[in-house]
Amino acid sequence: MHDANFAIERGEFFAMLGPSGCGKTTTLRMIAGFETPTEGVIRLEGQDVSHVPPYRRNVNTVFQAYALFPHMNVWDNVAFGPRSRKVREAETKKRVGEILEIVRLTEFAKRKPAQLSGGQQQRVALARALVNFPSALLLDEPLGALDLKLRQAMQIELKRIQREVGITFIFVTHDQEEALTMSDRIAVMSLGFVEQIGTPEDIYHHPASVFVAGFIGSANLFRTHIDRRSDTETAVSIAGRPVVVPATDGDAVIAVGAPAIVMVRPERVRVVMAEPQNSSTGVPCTVTDLVFQGPVVRVALATADGQEVVAHIGADDQLPLLRPGDNVWAGWEGDAARLLPEPEPGRAPAEDSMIQPTPSPST
Amino acid sequence: MAAGREGGGKRGTWAPWALMSPAVLWLTLFFLVPVYFLLRTALSNVDFVGNTTFAWRWHNFSEAWTTYNSEFIRSFWYGALATLLCIALGYPLAYVIAVRGGRWRNMLLGLVVVPFFTSYLIRTLAWKTLLQDRGPFVSLLRDVHLIGANGRLLSTPAAVIGGLTYNFLPFMILPIYVSLEKIDLNLVAAAKDLYSNPWRAFRKVVLPLSLPGVFAGSLLTFIPASGDFVNASLLGSPQTSMIGNVVQGNFLATVNYPSAAAISFVFMAIILVLVLLYARVLGTEELSV
Repeated sequence: MHDANFAIERGEFFAMLGPSGCGKTTTLRMIAGFETPTEGVIRLEGQDVSHVPPYRRNVNTVFQAYALFPHMNVWDNVAFGPRSRKVREAETKKRVGEILEIVRLTEFAKRKPAQLSGGQQQRVALARALVNFPSALLLDEPLGALDLKLRQAMQIELKRIQREVGITFIFVTHDQEEALTMSDRIAVMSLGFVEQIGTPEDIYHHPASVFVAGFIGSANLFRTHIDRRSDTETAVSIAGRPVVVPATDGDAVIAVGAPAIVMVRPERVRVVMAEPQNSSTGVPCTVTDLVFQGPVVRVALATADGQEVVAHIGADDQLPLLRPGDNVWAGWEGDAARLLPEPEPGRAPAEDSMIQPTPSPST
Repeated sequence: MAAGREGGGKRGTWAPWALMSPAVLWLTLFFLVPVYFLLRTALSNVDFVGNTTFAWRWHNFSEAWTTYNSEFIRSFWYGALATLLCIALGYPLAYVIAVRGGRWRNMLLGLVVVPFFTSYLIRTLAWKTLLQDRGPFVSLLRDVHLIGANGRLLSTPAAVIGGLTYNFLPFMILPIYVSLEKIDLNLVAAAKDLYSNPWRAFRKVVLPLSLPGVFAGSLLTFIPASGDFVNASLLGSPQTSMIGNVVQGNFLATVNYPSAAAISFVFMAIILVLVLLYARVLGTEELSV
């Protein structure tokens, strides 16, 4: 782990998103107390808990494979935490009953974990943690073991439960769709660094780095240099054409002459026959491929200097009759483009993943 | 899908029988048939040269108990003590191998099994040498005054129980190891996450989940240890004689087959009752996990 400095608000649904090996699970395990940070501190409600063992920390974890106690029924699993803390049996009974109500498992209380479906086991794991009213609930890939349909249902269910109990949820996932759907804020992580922290909208529309742009959704990335800059806009050239990118809040400051990358989301790219006018800009391209993907048609284009451009064209958009080899323009509204700094060496995604189709969430 | 499962079920009706039949045949020939003859012998009369005639002599059973009840009780007592010692020694060892063994696991398990490379008899004879009156142990214990100047180890109950413990220890370690090794360490992490200190996590999670191993190990230790005659005859004295020695004597020395057979039956019956009681105490539910 490198520099990872962030604060999570009380009652927030906070996601740590990143590819495997980015340090998100390690961070979670440090918050839980299963691992000790070599440097820095972990504060829980203002108190340094970096060296407090897990059983004295007021956080609870929902484990990846749930780790339900197989020899205990649902009720005893959920009552485990309160009993460890020597909560009075009457109080335990009341709390377990309430939480089973919230996760809708009341009638399964006497079953053993092996007699439950994956989604039910997941809810037991949730109830077992929530019954302790932790300062924060940690979820490690909580939906990873479920199939797609159930996962989508559980995303909504998790969000509902979180709102109902009002406890801070910190969850780790590699699934960008899951993170976008459920979170109030997302920390995008890569190789032990926190790349960006922000709301789902923020991260999607204003990615701070090439990595974030490529990891959340898909992105067209044009390599270029800064030609001119003012307070309101920056001029660059793409495939030999001058392109203007309007300035937005939180832009990285990139010096004139320095390399930079222009990002445009595929759904913002229009395919037109003539050079775009007014607020739009565009570059001339050749059609290389057309793929019907259901909601959109994916049009693959190439600029004169060989950069690949992908456009997602919806059913209501006007799509000219195209064939591979046709000469067209790839255009976009000025505010669709975003200027990103050149990634530091060793932290850039591989060249061939610069333009990546939305990773399919099915596993 | 349902139809396919149905078809599989039908095909499966003869397959289990076919798979079971070799063992069933073997056990019928070499277990049930001998038990039948043993039972016949147990109900027979015997004359002064040892010839037996079948006579429905139920009296043999009660006689076996009344004549040898001290040996019976001693056998179960020694067997139980050896089993307890095996648990006390074997559980921590199995735990360390299973949880902390890492890459040494297989080697450590190999070391547990190594004694089996020598014969049971030889190992017990080696113990006899170790424990003899002028042996290293006895002189050490005499030097530190743990036993008196004329105290001895050989021919004492301690030697017999020690020998039983030593000889059956691997039968305790291996099943406990298997049941511990199966436990998902995330369960321990989960228990700690839910405010259990390490000791409570062990008591509430690891121990109950390893009880099937303790149960299996206890059966594998207690049954043969109670019926053993080698340790008592090599390491013990007439005062430590176990039921195995009585059976041996009746078969080979006094040639009283009906008495030996009746003792064996009483022994089997008591073992069966004890094992069922033990299963009750440990809870049959845990055994199905």
